[in-house]
Amino acid sequence: MDAFRQHTGLVAPLDRANVDTDAIIPKQFLKSIKRSGFGPNLFDEWRYLDQGEPGMDNSRRPLNPNFVLNQERYRGASILLARKNFGCGSSREHAPWALQQFGFKAIIAPSFADIFFNNCYKNGLLPIALGEMEVDHLFNVTAANPGFQLHVDLERQVVDIPGGESYRFDIEGFRKQCLVNGWDEIGLTLRHVDKIRAYEAARAAKEPWLF
Amino acid sequence: MPQTLYDKLWNAHKVHEEPDGTALVYIDRHLVHEVTSPQAFEGLEINGRTPWRLKSIVATADHNVPTTSRREGIADPVSRLQVETLDKNIAKFGVADYYGMNDARQGIVHVIGPEQGATLPGMTVVCGDSHTSTHGAFAALAFGIGTSEVEHVMATQCLNAKKMKSMLIRIEGRTGKGVTAKDIVLAVIGRIGTAGGTGYAIEFAGSAIRALSMEGRMTVCNMAIEAGARSGLVAVDEKTIDYVKGRPFAPKGADFDRAAAYWRTLVSDAGATFDRVVDIDAATLEPQVTWGTSPEMVTGIHGTVPRPEQEQDPVKRAAIERALEYMGLNAGMKVADIRIDKVFIGSCTNSRIEDLRAAAGVLKGRRLADNVKLALVVPGSGLVKRQAEAEGLDKVFVAAGFEWREPGCSMCLGMNDDRLSPGERCASTSNRNFEGRQGAGGRTHLVSPEMAAAAAIAGRFADVRDVL
Repeated sequence: MDAFRQHTGLVAPLDRANVDTDAIIPKQFLKSIKRSGFGPNLFDEWRYLDQGEPGMDNSRRPLNPNFVLNQERYRGASILLARKNFGCGSSREHAPWALQQFGFKAIIAPSFADIFFNNCYKNGLLPIALGEMEVDHLFNVTAANPGFQLHVDLERQVVDIPGGESYRFDIEGFRKQCLVNGWDEIGLTLRHVDKIRAYEAARAAKEPWLF
Repeated sequence: MPQTLYDKLWNAHKVHEEPDGTALVYIDRHLVHEVTSPQAFEGLEINGRTPWRLKSIVATADHNVPTTSRREGIADPVSRLQVETLDKNIAKFGVADYYGMNDARQGIVHVIGPEQGATLPGMTVVCGDSHTSTHGAFAALAFGIGTSEVEHVMATQCLNAKKMKSMLIRIEGRTGKGVTAKDIVLAVIGRIGTAGGTGYAIEFAGSAIRALSMEGRMTVCNMAIEAGARSGLVAVDEKTIDYVKGRPFAPKGADFDRAAAYWRTLVSDAGATFDRVVDIDAATLEPQVTWGTSPEMVTGIHGTVPRPEQEQDPVKRAAIERALEYMGLNAGMKVADIRIDKVFIGSCTNSRIEDLRAAAGVLKGRRLADNVKLALVVPGSGLVKRQAEAEGLDKVFVAAGFEWREPGCSMCLGMNDDRLSPGERCASTSNRNFEGRQGAGGRTHLVSPEMAAAAAIAGRFADVRDVL
């Protein structure tokens, strides 16, 4: 996994609540057996005017000019600003893969759905939960200032707004360490092989039918 | 100190704890399907790792499989490759318990786990699928995970997790005739909202939950995730133990008695405290119908579609406006005036034998309304299908004008050929009414199997209690 320490980037606003993972990456693209290639189909039903299917040449498809990510001023955005309960629904990790492969490095919202939130960390994509008022303010300044950028500093746990203010965010210590160092979580867990074996032996004595 | 059921399950599975409270949690059962596993198997291979405990894995192909005849295999080459990739990975890594597309026991992963006794009380159960919460009906700590975690469990038999907060949803009293487990859980979601359970493990309790069968409890826990909770739980009682007894993976003989004695302790202690408690009076519930594009957009059959101008919160108002536009509904109209084009009875929420019996009970001697273009029944597993046929339910469905299909996830999410066309409206027993969920532009209304059957006959939503 790539390490995440700091990032500065253009902000794109997605102004709706309860954006679900079916919207982030529709089911037909989940048939892929690969871990890459999902970026062009991020938000497929909102982003294009036709119906997307795997294997289409996405560069030739008609874009929906009203969809925010198709607007020129948000081209190259790497920070997504969203509303509450972002990423609800299915557990598909294809959702963070699609967001990341599109070019997003961080997502800011008042709240995230649990499974999506968890999946982001496994891929070095940073979900940042801020207060509802703070997110509201960011929506306003993003709309008012073309080219609006934010600076995210994971080590200090702050989002810096150009010209002064900073918003602090929480992150669990273990997750932060993994992200800042780009650690392979499986490798970390395998340091505890002896503990896992000992646990299994104890369980097997108590509940032999499980083993 | 008195413990909640969740406390007990959490403590029993903790292998190691980091300074910030992140724990390494041991996983007893790993359910695997074709959609969220290929990249995990590939990751194992690239890193030269092998599954830690093959016996913990139970696998099936359910999302991509056709529900029409399977003699010709899968027509869509992309779907076919995904199912074949699972076949290959199972063979390569040596998983023994695989119910492939043509196995008589194949079916939706959340139906076959309990059916085979692969889900047992006290277990931790994971699957790369959010509806893994279903298995919490057995007092198992069950939750959905992403593909990176699928790989992590395969490689280490563990997951890193933080303890969740606990919520008790207590539903006391008796539900009226025609009010089912599905209506209970839809009403819960309507009450606490689609993010109400975020960060919580929800225990469902109270006399209305105890009165449900194990299948009804599975329906309730299945949709805990639609309230935002990764896990739903129901305490063990004699129904739990009776259900498990004699199933292929269940312990036998003296082991069973020993297991059952332990399982009976899997209840929240008297005086245990929860971070949040929600009380619902079962007697007030009526059959539910969703009108919008989020499961929280739900009302009773005698309700109306909301008027956006009556909502004060601007974000919610915008969501209602957008939902009405997508769903093609007018503000203030009666739910009972909404006409439908298709009916889907199936999914991990409502495709078990009792669901099929209930729907067939409504349909017996009746016919689909003329405006219903297609009505599907998709049993949850090969064994459910066989049982239904033994009871003659298939004949009732077919006589009513339904198509009787092969088991799988089918039109719940339309990864196979079963889907809605743009603008089509469906009465569906599934779990998600998101935009495009059942097919791009499709309009989904979530209901119980009985209510889906009533809608099929009336051609619009109707109160099943008038038909029963």
